[in-house]
Amino acid sequence: MTISVSSPGGGETSLAEAVKNFGISIEDYMLPVHGQIQILSEDGTMLPEDRRGSSPGHQYPVPPDEELLAAYRRLVIGRRVNDQNSALVRQGRLAVYPSSHGQEACQVASALCLRDGDWMFPTYRDAVAVMTRGVDPVDVMTIFRGDWHGGYDPHAHQVGIQSTPLTTQLLHGVGVAHAAKLRGEDTVVLAMCGDGATSEGDFHEALNFAAVFQLPVVFFVQNNQYAISVPLAHQTAAPSLAHKAVGYGMAGERVDGNDIVALLAVLDRAVTLARAGSGPLLVEANTYRMQAHTNADDATRYRNQAEVEAWAAKDPLNRMRHYLRAAGQLTDDVEASFARDAEEVAQHLREGLSGEPEIDPQDLFRYVFTEPTPQLREQAAFLADEIARSADTAPADLAKEH
Amino acid sequence: MTTVAEAAAARAAANAGPEPVTFAKALTTAMADAMRADDGVVVFGEDVATLGGVFRITDGLQKEFGAQRCFDTPLAESGIVGMALGMAMNGLRPVIEMQFDAFAYPAFEQIASHVAKMHNRTRGKVTLPLVIRVPYAGGIGGVEHHCDSSEAYYAHTPGLKVFTPSSVADAYRLLREAIASDDPVVFMEPKKLYWSKEAVSLETLRSEFDAGATPRAEGRAAVVRPGTDATIIAYGPAVPPALAAAEAAALEGRSVEVVDVRTIVPFDDETVCASVRKTGRAVVVAEAQGFASVASEITARVQERCFHSLAAPVRRVTGFDIPFPAPKFEHWYLPGVDRILDTLDELQWED
Repeated sequence: MTISVSSPGGGETSLAEAVKNFGISIEDYMLPVHGQIQILSEDGTMLPEDRRGSSPGHQYPVPPDEELLAAYRRLVIGRRVNDQNSALVRQGRLAVYPSSHGQEACQVASALCLRDGDWMFPTYRDAVAVMTRGVDPVDVMTIFRGDWHGGYDPHAHQVGIQSTPLTTQLLHGVGVAHAAKLRGEDTVVLAMCGDGATSEGDFHEALNFAAVFQLPVVFFVQNNQYAISVPLAHQTAAPSLAHKAVGYGMAGERVDGNDIVALLAVLDRAVTLARAGSGPLLVEANTYRMQAHTNADDATRYRNQAEVEAWAAKDPLNRMRHYLRAAGQLTDDVEASFARDAEEVAQHLREGLSGEPEIDPQDLFRYVFTEPTPQLREQAAFLADEIARSADTAPADLAKEH
Repeated sequence: MTTVAEAAAARAAANAGPEPVTFAKALTTAMADAMRADDGVVVFGEDVATLGGVFRITDGLQKEFGAQRCFDTPLAESGIVGMALGMAMNGLRPVIEMQFDAFAYPAFEQIASHVAKMHNRTRGKVTLPLVIRVPYAGGIGGVEHHCDSSEAYYAHTPGLKVFTPSSVADAYRLLREAIASDDPVVFMEPKKLYWSKEAVSLETLRSEFDAGATPRAEGRAAVVRPGTDATIIAYGPAVPPALAAAEAAALEGRSVEVVDVRTIVPFDDETVCASVRKTGRAVVVAEAQGFASVASEITARVQERCFHSLAAPVRRVTGFDIPFPAPKFEHWYLPGVDRILDTLDELQWED
């Protein structure tokens, strides 16, 4: 392996380089827009340029319709996946599922903005993003089935394991980006977390490290307004989460997290800038967790129905559907084919998660180290012997009980 | 009339053997050799680059290997470990420094929840060739947070290897092995030994390691002083007092074997138990507080495995169960020669 010997490049230089293209001050570049970037209105009409919340240097080109149609197909599949997984929890096939119902636009955009070779570091609520990135849906859900803490090979799709400890994975993304930069590769890392997670210490350390080393990381915060039961007002007194970026010397942007058009536009530009050497960026998507934290949570204890209904009106699928129907992109036939695609994925999930997985008790010891220690070999033999003995005695025990 | 030291120097010159080398120099050389052998080895942490580390263990590495392979980070230990994990995931072999034992605690979540578990979580798909260097333990008159013996936290966490050398040669060998390991290693450096010296040839150690000429030290305890009457089991900073106690015991006619554990994980039951079965008596010496400690674990293992060879209960000489004391109290806390000898005396010799 060879590490490039070119100079690492000071923070100010690359930031100044990025700013030059927009003809604005560094402060204007780093501070997010007032309000948020929104391109598609809540009723599904394309907003005129002067009503998109943009300001000088914060204008975003609209992705072409065929890209939007492909994204809508992913939204439909994502919604079906969310609802299918929740059903599988109710049927006892999955232990738990933190649904991203309502956040599908964020999920889909976070995968579509990346190229092959880029990395994604997701959280436990990002199953749809991981699937959209190309990991087999059944493998993605294995972590919630109870037979493995992972489910897929992170190297195969360049996706980290969905992280449970909040924001710890951001630093892993920073490290992956750092290694790539030292080798002179143009990898971009999308590091994902939620609003509550921004209170964690590792959020600060990850953003600061990425900025100091000028690494190609896009931090993507899905602000779904609640950390289980605690609303955003109890997490931060900052004007917005995107404002946190400026303190690290990076650009922050705020975007309507239920508007896939705006998300694709903002994330595409962020990824492009990061790839070109701008250093890291922070994107905050304003969205809503439509369902409880998980099936074990009761959201009625901490928020009212009116609030939920107000957000239902901003649903990311509805507004995209209205736009694409009006644009003539989404015909009845296309819509039916998307529904079939979604049903196919749902069926794949049902079939993949319906059986009892075969598990090998020796897997307990196999992967703790690259090679088991003598102590683990001893314990593995002990368990194998115990299982063999209980198999010998099991019929007798059963007979006793009846 | 010559002093003992002059006589020793004259003898060494006459033998033309290797020059005395410090423990610190052996560690620095091990990192430099590993960096020369593999471009993927990178060294980073707080004050490790320009300054060369507060203990100067990384001295000269940035000068030789450049700012991309040896660099200072912002002052944040969780950040250092978390970023190192990502770099290890992406093909590098980071060697990172936690400036002092207690300063590693902010990184504990990264270490316990991710470094230790990633290989298991991914069923071996992600390996983490990562070395976390931790200067640890007391004996230097350090203030609070600078003298903790934190090895038990790491040894208790499945998925971490824990190495702790006590000799100059092992400092070199074990650090090379740790850097070459595909498993994450917490490398515990007894800071009071940094300035200890031994006449060893680093050139010989280097060529032996590069040629794979010596058996791995990982998982192999070393009998550092042979004996027949009792066994002292020790590691890291406790090995020198254990050896001194064995020397003193010999003057009283007692032959004490000393076993240096070297790697707490993986632990070498075989060597430890072979020694205890031979001598029939054992004392475990460690500087860390004794309750729920590595010394407790070693004691339990020996008791379980060697019970029928034992002439007396296995005893421990450890630190007291108190926060590491202020410098003026340190000498009462540290397990010293007298306390070890007193404990040896209690091993039911009259039976």
